[in-house]
Amino acid sequence: MYMNKIAQILKKSVFRTLAAIVLGLFVAGIILAVAGYPPLRSMLALGKGIFSSPKYVSNVLIKSTPIIFTGLSVAFAFKTGLFNIGVEGQFIVGCLASTLVGITLDLPPVIQVPLVLLAGLVAGAAYGGMIGVLKAKFGIHEVISGIMLNWIALYLSNYICILEPFRKGDSNGTYQVSEASKTLILGAWKNTDDGRNFLKGIPILGEAFLKTDVNIGFLAAVIMAILLAVLLKKTTKGFELRAVGYNKYSAEAVGIDIKKNIIDVMLISGAVAGLGAALYITGNTPHKITVLSAFEGMGINGLPVALIAGSSPVGCILSGLLFGGLMYGGQALQYEVGAPTEIINIVIGIIVFFVAIMKGVPRLLLKIPRRGGKHVK
Amino acid sequence: MIEPSKEYVVQMHGITKRFGSFCALNEMNLDVKSGTIHSLLGENGAGKSTLMNVLYGLYQADEGEIFLKGEKVEVKNPSDAIKLGIGMVHQHFMLLEKFTVVQNIILGDECISHLGMVDMKKARKDVMEIANKYGLHIDPDAKISDITVGMQQKVEILKALYRGAELLILDEPTAVLTPQEIQELIKIMKNLIDSGKAIIIITHKLKEIKAASDICTIVCRGKYIDTVDVKSTTESELAALMVGHDVNLVVDKSPAEPKETILEIENLVVENEKKMDAVKGLSLNVRKGEIVGIAGIDGNGQKELMDALSGFIKAKSGTIKINGKEIQNTTPRNIIDSGISIIPEDRHKRGLVLEFGVFENAVLNKYRKMPYSKKGILNQKAMEQFTNELIQECDVRPAGCTYDHAGNLSGGNQQKLIIGREVSNNPELLIAVQPTRGLDVGAIESVHKTLVRERDKGKAILLISFELDEVMNLSDTIAVIYDGKIQDTFLQGTVDENTLGLLMAGGRNHVHE
Ligand SMILES: Nc1ncnc2c1ncn2[C@@H]1O[C@H](COP(=O)(O)OP(=O)(O)OP(=O)(O)O)[C@@H](O)[C@H]1O
Ligand SMILES: [Mg+2]
Repeated sequence: MYMNKIAQILKKSVFRTLAAIVLGLFVAGIILAVAGYPPLRSMLALGKGIFSSPKYVSNVLIKSTPIIFTGLSVAFAFKTGLFNIGVEGQFIVGCLASTLVGITLDLPPVIQVPLVLLAGLVAGAAYGGMIGVLKAKFGIHEVISGIMLNWIALYLSNYICILEPFRKGDSNGTYQVSEASKTLILGAWKNTDDGRNFLKGIPILGEAFLKTDVNIGFLAAVIMAILLAVLLKKTTKGFELRAVGYNKYSAEAVGIDIKKNIIDVMLISGAVAGLGAALYITGNTPHKITVLSAFEGMGINGLPVALIAGSSPVGCILSGLLFGGLMYGGQALQYEVGAPTEIINIVIGIIVFFVAIMKGVPRLLLKIPRRGGKHVK
Repeated sequence: MIEPSKEYVVQMHGITKRFGSFCALNEMNLDVKSGTIHSLLGENGAGKSTLMNVLYGLYQADEGEIFLKGEKVEVKNPSDAIKLGIGMVHQHFMLLEKFTVVQNIILGDECISHLGMVDMKKARKDVMEIANKYGLHIDPDAKISDITVGMQQKVEILKALYRGAELLILDEPTAVLTPQEIQELIKIMKNLIDSGKAIIIITHKLKEIKAASDICTIVCRGKYIDTVDVKSTTESELAALMVGHDVNLVVDKSPAEPKETILEIENLVVENEKKMDAVKGLSLNVRKGEIVGIAGIDGNGQKELMDALSGFIKAKSGTIKINGKEIQNTTPRNIIDSGISIIPEDRHKRGLVLEFGVFENAVLNKYRKMPYSKKGILNQKAMEQFTNELIQECDVRPAGCTYDHAGNLSGGNQQKLIIGREVSNNPELLIAVQPTRGLDVGAIESVHKTLVRERDKGKAILLISFELDEVMNLSDTIAVIYDGKIQDTFLQGTVDENTLGLLMAGGRNHVHE
């Protein structure tokens, strides 16, 4: 009987995901134990590394923000039947464009901030749109063009960031974006004596503000998730995009332009990644880009975020937070019990794995009582 | 209820199956005697496919028992069923589009050579052997995506035979076959029975039940009604048993009053996927207020004609005009906007988005219009209200299915949904391809009535059907298609079945020469 109940509960994707997370942590515990680290203490350290101080919590939010954006980008494309692995490249060009504009211009913040964000958004959209055009016009699979464009973005960014007007001295990076470009909350004020004294007087928030780069990114991510959810569910455009994603033949038959929709999806998906990139640059120190020897993985990490969220935009916020929490709190594993932070990657991998197989679990569970039932009769 | 006994290949007793709160089968019984062809008859959504899916292990019954030859069995999944000698051909095909015919047939049951590789040569030989034995002519190396629905059906039948099925379940196998093919199939079925196999066949065509089966079990809304001896029961008795009231089996309509021409097709040439001409200089006119039916055997250019009419592929030459405006190489949306609505042949591929709710499918061709959306924002209330009306008007069952997945509706109810949706678009020209495929007699009657009603409203209707009876009963003008061309056209009542059959098979019409 209770097997039946569990199966019913697990049919809801939210609970399935929660079960997958618990299982993922459990397996991670076993792996830690096998590797000779105390599993319980490690888990406690992880928890402490995330929740034990306002600074930590604030940092988790900050760390999660870019991968929520790239997660949203991937999830949105996913919902409409496209696999946007090119999100890494879109994030990189978003960083590049917003940095360049942020360095070059120095207008009052009310104009400067929107311009810098727009630069990232447009660059990401254009870069994603290219994948869409390649697919719609020439039938090139989005994964192939996406991966190639990722490399192009990486080297393009590396090349431009040490070009003359942008390079700072003989460092391997650009100048910081202008002060007016930054999207920090209370950024300048908290460095004044007044600000510092005032914030010290506020118990929890004060510490968070003083010790971390509190910025508007997370708020923007939440708004973006809601916007995308509304777009998909409530608008005719979303209706078309979903129809094409599920069955492009029927969509074509009722007059929906499939090619145009593919391009639109990639434009939007790229724009989301690019905006996330711009917010990342303007909201986090060092507020600049440097030569990268390899992909940072901001985009690629969006894939598991979207997978864990089951491609639900609002779910991406939660899974992004989980992901960010594990990455940030994972550092505590290292200095508290000496376990390598790679264990966190294993945890994330296992969670994704369980999310994927959990879909089959209710069916499996439902068969178990049937077998026993024969003996009862 | 009949006691479990050796004489029966299959006995299903007290089968109950619920989907959520909806009870699809309610203590259903079925007893199939060895050496018989047993038909299942019931309205759309009565639970026939569900019952067979339970037998085949795709669904687990909530209650009830299954006996094979008197022995109680548990069928937990299709591979159990196959091991027990049960084979099933599904109502909607389960083939892999990118694989060839042979690959599809052997998939999951490959013969492995000693090197651990799939022995394709042997597989191909085995498949061809069975195909030839039963007269199922196929092109073993064609890709599924390149062959017609009729061909795909044959592949499905072969697939079950290849796995050595002793009991063959055929879920509406004839819905897509031509009359000749149906005759062949009936012969094959008789052969199978003679070699000791048993067959359960689901079909809505009463004629076939009479011609092919020995015993018939009638289902109504998930409940067992009766099991009758087919020989001693008439078609209308069967229909009445199933629907619960008398059904009018012939189409009732007044003579047509055609007005000006709406659709003009001239010398149309369209290529198929292999880049060969499939429509070869076809010309045809359809006027307001008439039903033009195209009779023909599947594979004579109907699919390509439809693809060109729908705007999916470009015409190589020739013109298609609607109200004098050429539309042959525009987009599907332009074609829809110029007043054409199409009921497609393949409801899963072209008609529905199965993952969408019924309400979303109901507005699939009008979501951009008021009141379903306003300035790009969908209006859920209007969508829901329209869907509820459509469900009621077209008798889509179950009645409260507005927010169900379209994929969960029974085949016939999916079809009703599409027809309702297209007709409600109020088109000037309605093109219906196999519109009654998979519908029960009651529903067919209402679809035919709908088409005649639209005609009487002054609409033009083009009907493409592989069912000669339907074309002959419904059309005011009958056009025969063969080898990509219209061979001849006749007014209703001026031609008999034999002449049409001959023309459809490529024979000459001596009467007219
Ligand atoms: N997976 C499912 N989930 C929910 N409801 C279902 C599911 N499958 C079938 N149903 C419902 O069960 C009922 C019976 O469906 P079934 O497919 O067995 O009908 P059928 O007799 O084969 O009809 P048809 O002649 O139209 O094919 C239908 O009302 C259908 O909507
Ligand atoms: Mg059915």
